[in-house]
Amino acid sequence: MSAAKRKNGDFLLAVEGLTVSFDGFKAVDDLSFYLDPQEIRVIIGPNGAGKTTVLDLICGKTKATSGSIKFAGKELTKLKEHQIVHAGVGRKFQTPSVFEDLTVFENLEVSYPQGHSVMGALAFKRDLAVVEEVEAVAKKIFLDDLLDQPAALLSHGQKQWLEIGMLLIQKPELIMLDEPVAGMSVAERQKTAELLKMITKDHTVLVIEHDMQFVGDIADRVTVMHQGKVLSEGSIEHVKADPKVIEVYLGH
Amino acid sequence: MKQSPILKWFVSREGLYYLALALLLVVILPVALDSFRLNMVGKYLTYAFVAIGLVMCWGKAGILSLGQGVFFGLGGYCMAMYLKLEASTPEATSIQSTPGIPDFMDWNQITALPWFWEPFNSFAFTLLAVIGVPVLLAFIIGFAMFTRRVGGVYFAIITQAIAAILTILIIGQQGFTGGINGITDLRTLMGWEIRTDEAKNALYFVTVAMLFVCLFTARLIQQRKLGRILVAMNAQENRVRFSGYDVAAFKIFVFCLAAAFAGIGGALFTLSVGFMSPSFIGIVASIEMVIFCALGGRLSILGAVYGALLVNAAKSGFSESFPELWPFAMGALFIGVVLAFPNGLAGLYQTYVMPLEDRLFKRKKAEATPAVAPVAGKPNAEKAKDYDPMIDHYSPEKS
Repeated sequence: MSAAKRKNGDFLLAVEGLTVSFDGFKAVDDLSFYLDPQEIRVIIGPNGAGKTTVLDLICGKTKATSGSIKFAGKELTKLKEHQIVHAGVGRKFQTPSVFEDLTVFENLEVSYPQGHSVMGALAFKRDLAVVEEVEAVAKKIFLDDLLDQPAALLSHGQKQWLEIGMLLIQKPELIMLDEPVAGMSVAERQKTAELLKMITKDHTVLVIEHDMQFVGDIADRVTVMHQGKVLSEGSIEHVKADPKVIEVYLGH
Repeated sequence: MKQSPILKWFVSREGLYYLALALLLVVILPVALDSFRLNMVGKYLTYAFVAIGLVMCWGKAGILSLGQGVFFGLGGYCMAMYLKLEASTPEATSIQSTPGIPDFMDWNQITALPWFWEPFNSFAFTLLAVIGVPVLLAFIIGFAMFTRRVGGVYFAIITQAIAAILTILIIGQQGFTGGINGITDLRTLMGWEIRTDEAKNALYFVTVAMLFVCLFTARLIQQRKLGRILVAMNAQENRVRFSGYDVAAFKIFVFCLAAAFAGIGGALFTLSVGFMSPSFIGIVASIEMVIFCALGGRLSILGAVYGALLVNAAKSGFSESFPELWPFAMGALFIGVVLAFPNGLAGLYQTYVMPLEDRLFKRKKAEATPAVAPVAGKPNAEKAKDYDPMIDHYSPEKS
């Protein structure tokens, strides 16, 4: 379902009353927030605020104790992980998780949205459309010269890009990124910002990030989390000026 | 001149490895060995089926099963039941109190053929069951375990427990299964004497043919996207899951595949040895099967075949001269493989022999084809083949 088919003003993602408790500890506590189509939302907050858990809940890695996650009209809390992916949600993990034994090409090919069943994967043919799509995405993520390289030989930053590329090739409507520039060199950060800006042109993006400079560069809106709840939400200027945010996160 | 792709494959390096194995099994061994020894090789080869399955399941997909003997045994028992029924004609068993049923049933005061033995009067059903029964059990185990995300060492322990359970069950239900002695005294297959030298030679070649069928099936899967997902799943299960794949379904598939191969091996084992007993399917036997695979190289299906051949040949050789020392040699072998060369013989071959081949091959190539300028703008049909899947690839620095 494309964004255009939905009525204007409908949310792409609506998280309401989301709660998850691990042995009584509420990592996410009655959390609600809404994403518009094409929006770039950044979640910030101190360590342990529950940011990564929110992404885990949306992509199905963790099951919610209560609350609802509606994505494009579908209730995600009842779906399995791969069904959530098919619904159009892509998720990048904090540490690069690419397939080290496979080449860059194969990494991207595995993520190509076709042949996802066992028999489909057996019948899957590497046709021209696949090759061209892989090459196009590889160009976007600066790896078009390294298609034949095993992913194990890539640098940390290149692995992060490759994983982003693996999301792009799935053509999800919503892309979730967990600290995409952590551990990157300055040059790599700049290239990543460039890449994200390009991605955000035609995707809705939910990012967790600590680098405030980077957040200011890309965010439409920022949600600040603290102890599993929303502490503040709004434009970057708004949250930067919020005394509560300064108190618990940004510091005086 | 245009070469056909099949011909091209046969002169490729990988094709030559397969040719070498075929040459060894079809020409060299039959010429060099007498009928008795050749039958032994045939027996060893039936274990290679299990080892190929383990390469797919354990080496590629990372699912260690310590219970492959179960599936080997089920395949073997299915075949043995058919052969036993054929050997138990009323005429041949006329001295029994109930003629027409297998002798061990008669000894255990069973007076009618149990219902689950009935279908094994049909050879077609038996052939189906040789694959179907192991696959069905693998599916049930796989479904129960993998959809609950049971994996790693827990899964290995459970498969080992199942091997123990099946052995105990077979030994305990002597009247239905032949107990600890197994199902013995098998004579004919559809009227054909299986204990003559000619029959044993013929069975050897059937085994070799089936082995290549399994090898090519495994190779096909490795080459398709399916194979790459199995490898990917091994290292980054979550990434596969969040790329939109139902990981449990792929694990169930590869576990069932390994069970199918093991079942075929088991059935051929029964034919080549002439009986089937619980000692071939228990915990020790199952672990030995893992050793065949580990020694040959758990990432290489061809390596697994050589592993099964070599370990079994060593076992026979050792057991003939120093029977009491074999378990120690086996243990030392396994420790050696794990510590010194985790990728087995295939890994050693790739590290030490392949570079030599490379040098030889390159020199030849340079002589044969004077430098050709790379053609810009290749035709699209060839473009799709540019990125070869890394079959049997592994990086030496990884253990």
